[in-house]
Amino acid sequence: MVTQAGFGNHKWAMAVDVDKCTGCQACVLACQVENNIPLNTQDRFERNRSISWIRVERYWEGEFPDIKARFIPIMCQHCENAPCEPVCPVFATYHNAEGMNVQVYNRCVGTRYCANGCPYIVRFFNYWEPVWPESLRNHLNPDVTIRSRGIMEKCSFCVHRVRRGVRKAASESRPLEDGEIQTACQEACPTSALNFGDINDPNSRVSQMKKDDRYYTLMPQLGTSPNVFYLAKVDEDREIALTGAESEGGDGH
Amino acid sequence: MQQRRVLDQVETNRILLNGQLNTPKWWLPTVLGLGVVVLIGFVIIGFMVNRGLGVTGLSRPVYWGLFITTFVFWVGISHAGIMISAILRLTQAEWRRPVTRAAELLTVFSLLTALIFPLIHAGRPWRIAYWILPYDFARGIFPNIRSPLIMDPVAIGTYLTGSTLFLYVALLPDLGNLRDRTRGWQKTLYTVLALGWRGNPRQWKLQTVGGILLSALMLPIFVSVHSIVSWDFAITPAVEGWHSTIFAPYFVIGAVHSGVSAVVTMMALMRWLWKWDDFIRPEHFDALARLLIVVATAWLGFTFLELVFAIYSLDAPEIALRELQIFSWPWNLMFGVFLMTGYIIPVGMWLFKSVRNNIALMFWTSLFVNIGMWLERFMIIVPGLSRRTPFVYTWDSYRPSLVEWSILVWSVAWVTFLMLLFSRFFPLVPLFEQKESQIFVDKIKIGRVNVPAILREQE
Repeated sequence: MVTQAGFGNHKWAMAVDVDKCTGCQACVLACQVENNIPLNTQDRFERNRSISWIRVERYWEGEFPDIKARFIPIMCQHCENAPCEPVCPVFATYHNAEGMNVQVYNRCVGTRYCANGCPYIVRFFNYWEPVWPESLRNHLNPDVTIRSRGIMEKCSFCVHRVRRGVRKAASESRPLEDGEIQTACQEACPTSALNFGDINDPNSRVSQMKKDDRYYTLMPQLGTSPNVFYLAKVDEDREIALTGAESEGGDGH
Repeated sequence: MQQRRVLDQVETNRILLNGQLNTPKWWLPTVLGLGVVVLIGFVIIGFMVNRGLGVTGLSRPVYWGLFITTFVFWVGISHAGIMISAILRLTQAEWRRPVTRAAELLTVFSLLTALIFPLIHAGRPWRIAYWILPYDFARGIFPNIRSPLIMDPVAIGTYLTGSTLFLYVALLPDLGNLRDRTRGWQKTLYTVLALGWRGNPRQWKLQTVGGILLSALMLPIFVSVHSIVSWDFAITPAVEGWHSTIFAPYFVIGAVHSGVSAVVTMMALMRWLWKWDDFIRPEHFDALARLLIVVATAWLGFTFLELVFAIYSLDAPEIALRELQIFSWPWNLMFGVFLMTGYIIPVGMWLFKSVRNNIALMFWTSLFVNIGMWLERFMIIVPGLSRRTPFVYTWDSYRPSLVEWSILVWSVAWVTFLMLLFSRFFPLVPLFEQKESQIFVDKIKIGRVNVPAILREQE
């Protein structure tokens, strides 16, 4: 929204193939470990203050015994027209030139206004200082800042991995290859339901997936134009999934 | 017209300065008691800042709760001052005279209180200086002026500055009066504050012009402050019940409703505590209640308009929110209480002249309005957040913690404490305005009927 004119060579996006998602939660765990997310202890969970940058929502479809479990992974949608960005008084969240919605922890004062602005509820507030058991202290990822209490955090598209990948390719004077940069959740996904890549590159995997008929985005009626898009579930018994998704994701294609 | 005692200037001075010259016996114990409550409140705020917002009842997705409600509430109360002293001054409503200062005072103190809430509500209050002051010159990052949270302090700061100036300009003649009647350190204090007020024609002219100019300058603030507060909510597309286009006028009229009601409450208290029966008379309550009937009905119109919009659009999430707000427990109870205390009971009673002229009834009904108006803000802010949003497994209601409740109590005690402290050193009823109105009344006692008309400077 802010920097549309200044886009660089890359525009990062994620394609989520809902058809492949088994709801195994490996992505949730991988993200938790990669990004130094504090442990969601029972009391934090019960108070609805748990933090998980990516989550797998489960829906039941039909009545027992003809019942199906549906899964959809939800993370920050990195909207091009993000409602969380204009409301931040200190530019702690803004859109960078590569299509990412960035959270700058140092600037954040913790108004939680961005969280109210987010229709996907993927922004998390640190109500307490993060704590880890002594045995886990040496497992923390040195690439990722530990967030103090009183600030917001959310999925960063593993920005540290992106930076490292781009730097590595530049130092070896070669173009960045598609699939070279993988987010933690993508790496952990056993069925390749999550796909991260550069959508400015017409030959990249995400660009190809975007052309799929099953393409849709979440809550398109709000006009947020997310950089995370979904490929609808294919259902052999009933074809409602596809048609339903199309009518929902009207402005796609 | 009602019978009233005609007081000469000496008697007016004696009665209206009794807060300063003969402090009532109840004053010291009351202020000390409130002081203890205020102190405890500050300790609790300190505790919260020290431990973090985990001690509140907030969660995900109910990120805003009682503090923001109370912030909006106090900004709403502050509209008393601008309504009474600026608008009624410019429209030359004579009955405003005894309440102008108290209303303006309520504005200043409630704004000071309101400003504290967004501050302590933030995750890292110690970095809030970043908000208002341009910061990080080296990196060229300035506050985001698109954010209503930047416009808020600007609007409230302007209002606070204007109101303080207004209060001070109106206080000058009375400060001169006090200077001449006190001794010792008090005399020194009033001498410094009175800025050499002697009451000569030039000073009077400047004081009057200054007052009128400030009233006119503050008129835009009347619209802007609560509009901007409403945009804190209105620009959020994700929260049902927040992104309404009528929010700005809706909030402004609601603010006037609660602010003027707070002035009525305060007038009753002033009349009882300082025994100013000759100055704060039933006809003033009558006039304010008539004004409130109009304001409250306009506000009710907006409330229903909001519901009508939901029904008209038949937008499923919006309908679901209204259903939560009006029909599901515990919101239905709150909605009922809000409607009864905010409108039906008080306005229904104010329709009768006997109620309008009964100080005790006016006190309780005006108190009711502010209970209802606080609930109204709560009902706007929280259900929108705790509604069942799609794609989230944390559907949560909100229960304010003990810490939050005590800070709400603290805010009421704090405003009362400041008012009482002020009353010890400065007159709550403007003496010169009072005398001015007596002169005007004397002058127009020509006809057979004593009409409360206004005789202004006509040289």
